[in-house]
Amino acid sequence: MSTSPAVLSQETHEIASDSDVVRVRQSVRNLAIDAKLSLVDQTKLVTAASELARNTLVHGGGGRVTVEMVTAGARRGVRAVFSDHGPGIADIALALTDGWTTGTGLGLGLSGARRLVDEFDLVSDPGSGTQVRVVKWTR
Amino acid sequence: MDRIPVLRIGDILLVSVQVDLQDDTALALQEDLAERIVETGAHGVLIDISGLEIVDSFIGRMISTIASVSAVLDATTVVVGMRPAVAITLVELGLSLDGVSTALDVDRGLALLGGLRPSGGLARSDAAEDAATDPGE
Amino acid sequence: MTEPSRSGWDLLAAHRRQIVEQWSTVAAGALAGRITQAELDRDVAEMFDALTTGAVTGQHRLTDDAYAPMRDLLADLARTRARQGFSPTETAVGVFALKEAVLHLLESLGDLELYRFFADFSRLVDEVGLHLLESFSQAREMVISEQADALLELSTPVVKLWDGIVSLPLVGTLDSARTQVVMEKLLQALVETGSEHAIIDITGVSAVDTQVAQHLLKTVMAARLLGAECIISGIRPQIAQTVVALGIEFGDITTKASLADALLLALRRSGQDVVRRQAPQVR
Repeated sequence: MSTSPAVLSQETHEIASDSDVVRVRQSVRNLAIDAKLSLVDQTKLVTAASELARNTLVHGGGGRVTVEMVTAGARRGVRAVFSDHGPGIADIALALTDGWTTGTGLGLGLSGARRLVDEFDLVSDPGSGTQVRVVKWTR
Repeated sequence: MDRIPVLRIGDILLVSVQVDLQDDTALALQEDLAERIVETGAHGVLIDISGLEIVDSFIGRMISTIASVSAVLDATTVVVGMRPAVAITLVELGLSLDGVSTALDVDRGLALLGGLRPSGGLARSDAAEDAATDPGE
Repeated sequence: MTEPSRSGWDLLAAHRRQIVEQWSTVAAGALAGRITQAELDRDVAEMFDALTTGAVTGQHRLTDDAYAPMRDLLADLARTRARQGFSPTETAVGVFALKEAVLHLLESLGDLELYRFFADFSRLVDEVGLHLLESFSQAREMVISEQADALLELSTPVVKLWDGIVSLPLVGTLDSARTQVVMEKLLQALVETGSEHAIIDITGVSAVDTQVAQHLLKTVMAARLLGAECIISGIRPQIAQTVVALGIEFGDITTKASLADALLLALRRSGQDVVRRQAPQVR
């Protein structure tokens, strides 16, 4: 991409509890509707956001998310960046394979979320935390 | 925290999930259902998720757990009313909800549970396929 | 370098009306009456003003900030021309005609200094033309993709075969975009008609490879989550061989060679059957 997308609106939410995860879902859903994503794309994005928000809470020890409506050319999209200062992920490649899990989960969080969005970036360092950026565009 | 009500129709427990589920609400539901199954001796659990716009891996896990726990307590679980967008997302997510029977709506779900065997299985019309010995095959 | 250029631009500004008229005339010749003179005059005048406004700041590359309004104008023009069905040449000629208009003016003034200005000016106009073509190309892609979407919508009809049984005849290629649309339409139809059986007929599918099989599988899995079962029919002999050779397993999804077999099975699965009368009907 030659230019980075322009940001039309932005919201930031702290993720410190269960109810915050619900709030993040609603925020992402509202922005997805405003950006005119199809119903299926809305559902995919909100589901991915739910996974990532929960990851931030459960594995990251809490953190925050910035949700933005972006444009690139004629297309609109929704971008969400989750960040925490938790223990980080030591083996990212492993974490992104299906079935990987640290806890009692099904281990689908990251790899599953990646399939649901158009762009997925993960940066993690044991010691400084994790940051996940996802974007879903209108078709 | 809201608790989701568990209704009883004869031998079947009915749960209708209408709201955006918070994690602790989901856990409470699992516990409530297990208790009610034992209390009432129910043999069927019907979970109506037509009100759910999102089913993520946590909710998926909740559904699978409810089905497993119910099976141990000799009850069959049927999930009804999944929205198309949710189904497509779940498939993409890789959640198969193995061991969970599904039906289009509450009526069909009840019909499905009505045909269940005491051991907890479902009498689907697999028998119809076995019996299909038309000359053309 | 800047002084002659500045006087060159001042000159253009001073002869605005003449240049715009000439530009419009030359461009109209190439566009062969497919656009009204009034509309062309307006487009040309807008471009001229955007260009001279930018030049006044002393910046000379189209990528410079001063020309942002010009770039937006070009993008709009490109979109309009693409939708109107103009060819890339017809669209670009509208820009390059400006050079001819300016050259005409400079020749009439006979000032050698101005030819140096013309070299810079010409370069700028080339950039403008190229940018227009680039935008035009993108706009055309967009039109094509919109048409493809519309075609997709039209070519995936879900047909109700019987109470509780729908069929989805697939024709052509199955890529992931198509599969998405197909899945959505099928699932929606299952819910709306309250059908528990779907027959996906792939007689018209040109090739079945691992990816296509995966797409079919996803569709079946999604339908199962809703409480409906799918039967895949229309498997041609070559397809069957390819499937086996590729090691594709349809698992517990029933496959039938013909739509008729699939319908019969679906009927039986829903507790119905087809019987042959003992005696032929008296007409």
